[in-house]
Amino acid sequence: MSRTLPRATESRAERPALIVGGGVAGLALGWRLLCAGRGVHLFERDRAGRGASWAAAGMLAPDAEIGFEDPELYRLNRESLRRWPSFAAALKAESDVETGFREGGALHVAPDRDAAEALRRRYDFMKAQGLNVQWLSTAEALDIEPFITSRPAAVLYSPTDSQVDARALVKALRAAFLQAGGVLREGTPVRAVEPDAEAPAVVTEDGERVAGSCVALAMGAWSHGLQGLAPDRQPPVRPVRGQMIELQVEPPFGLQHVVRSAHTYAAPKPGGRVLVGATMEEMGFDARVTAGGLYAMLEEIRKIVPGVDDLPVRDLWAGLRPASRDHLPILGPSSAPGVVMATGFFRHGMLLAPVASEEVARYVLTGETSAWIAPFLPERFEAALA
Amino acid sequence: MTTNGRPDTLRIGDMALSSRLIMGTSRYPNPRVMLDALEASGAELVTVAIRRVNLQDASGERFLDLLKPYRCLPNTAGCYTAKEAVLVAQLAREALETRLIKLEVIGDDETLLPDVEQLLRAAKELVDDGFSVMVYANDDPITCRKLADLGCAAIMPLAAPIGSGQGLVNPYNLALIRDMIQDTPLIVDAGIGTASDAARVMELGYDGVLLNTAVSDAQHPVAMAAAMRRAVEAGRLAFLSGRMPRRTYAQASSPMEGRIGK
Repeated sequence: MSRTLPRATESRAERPALIVGGGVAGLALGWRLLCAGRGVHLFERDRAGRGASWAAAGMLAPDAEIGFEDPELYRLNRESLRRWPSFAAALKAESDVETGFREGGALHVAPDRDAAEALRRRYDFMKAQGLNVQWLSTAEALDIEPFITSRPAAVLYSPTDSQVDARALVKALRAAFLQAGGVLREGTPVRAVEPDAEAPAVVTEDGERVAGSCVALAMGAWSHGLQGLAPDRQPPVRPVRGQMIELQVEPPFGLQHVVRSAHTYAAPKPGGRVLVGATMEEMGFDARVTAGGLYAMLEEIRKIVPGVDDLPVRDLWAGLRPASRDHLPILGPSSAPGVVMATGFFRHGMLLAPVASEEVARYVLTGETSAWIAPFLPERFEAALA
Repeated sequence: MTTNGRPDTLRIGDMALSSRLIMGTSRYPNPRVMLDALEASGAELVTVAIRRVNLQDASGERFLDLLKPYRCLPNTAGCYTAKEAVLVAQLAREALETRLIKLEVIGDDETLLPDVEQLLRAAKELVDDGFSVMVYANDDPITCRKLADLGCAAIMPLAAPIGSGQGLVNPYNLALIRDMIQDTPLIVDAGIGTASDAARVMELGYDGVLLNTAVSDAQHPVAMAAAMRRAVEAGRLAFLSGRMPRRTYAQASSPMEGRIGK
């Protein structure tokens, strides 16, 4: 059914957009292009959404994740959270799958004096930036969430931080992509990309060459090392391992909010589950779970949510976050003709799905680089190398 | 830096460094900030926790490749026994092809203070095995002297516990160690909180400063790295310049002689 080689008479808009990588980034971009009437072929080396997306905790937390020196990322995160409710509604309408999108805020709990000092510094910074966050007394904090420790050293509340069920999101996007007529080629690794302004192409591991109107790279941690891009044009992405623990909720435990400390969080999910995560480790593509990783998370989480002690463990896994050199996403046109990027989402892949897919799709459809993606263009790394 | 036109070189074993600031590579907000901070610090030697980096996998962007402009000082952070530290040092020598090792043997998780008994044992074994050992030590003059006598290439007492940012909690001991150890380079490792701490260390006559968290956990790490560079240079120059004697009473800067009306 797919015409793999462009005929001379075929116009650019008639050729399908090609997407490499079937995680949330690639699926969402594909779905957005399909909604705009474009044909899309998506190449996924394994099963769609079973990489970092499947491992993610689904935090949609611009406020909790704000960095001292990344105001542009904060603005992008905030904008994406603003778009999340309509994105989730449209996705539900197309796929008939609930994403588990849920507002309700997050509590940042400092278990000891040193952590309270560090939290206070963050709070002062957040207030200076005009964020809607509150410094709570212990009584106020326990009124909001009775399952935090009864003796916290400090508690900060960020009421607008939200969350989603990452695996439900994957299922919804995959269903929507297919429903909208996308061609999903799972089990099809791509070996090379052939940049071209008119008819860029990809070459699969099996040697099949497919030309399209554009090639979008959305390969997460595996974005590095594709043939056909010069070394300094490769998106500088490396894997950062995050280990996760899934617990089964049993009465009387009934955590309702995301609860975080500096390095660990507990997030209640649909279906009576709690996710505890996540480590940040530079271990290459080693995606194994380690004793030390589990210990560090459990030691920390039981200080701030002591009730986890009694919960049965349902599952353990690790995922590989795609981290760019500046930990900011890599979005939009690259200097390789016909090649666009949607990768490097690091800790924000679920959160950024709406804004990244919509704004990268806007570029593919109209050639317009919107103000949202302008700060995150791939060229910033080329300039840094020059 | 030069003093009286001569380069002020720090020699550790057969290594010659013109910067007296040694930087850690952990905990930065991201690699871009780390690289910019390292550049702003002027450091030539950077230390890497060998247990926390990926040594084999070359298919993603590798952390170690980013550090190619620098001389790499692998460390044994996260080791609790001599045996463990020696094994990690050997792994580092093989992977990075360097005899340099920053030896840490930690006593417990709360203080991260060195375990002296295990530290002395590991230091001896590594020196005997041909390593150039830069050893993280307690601020205890006797321990430091023993480590120097074993043949360590540099002795690195702490100013305060790792990551605490408390500054010089026992400047008297640090001064005593400098007084007792003249022939082996002395570097303060751990506890620096801000620029004045680094300057004070250098004013005590130390050969260098090793720090990480003071820069990586600053709100603006690159600017703090630049501050540390200047602080180390300022402290070094002040030490070499020989400070004025302290006086109990004021002494006017302007001469009294020849004033009108006398």
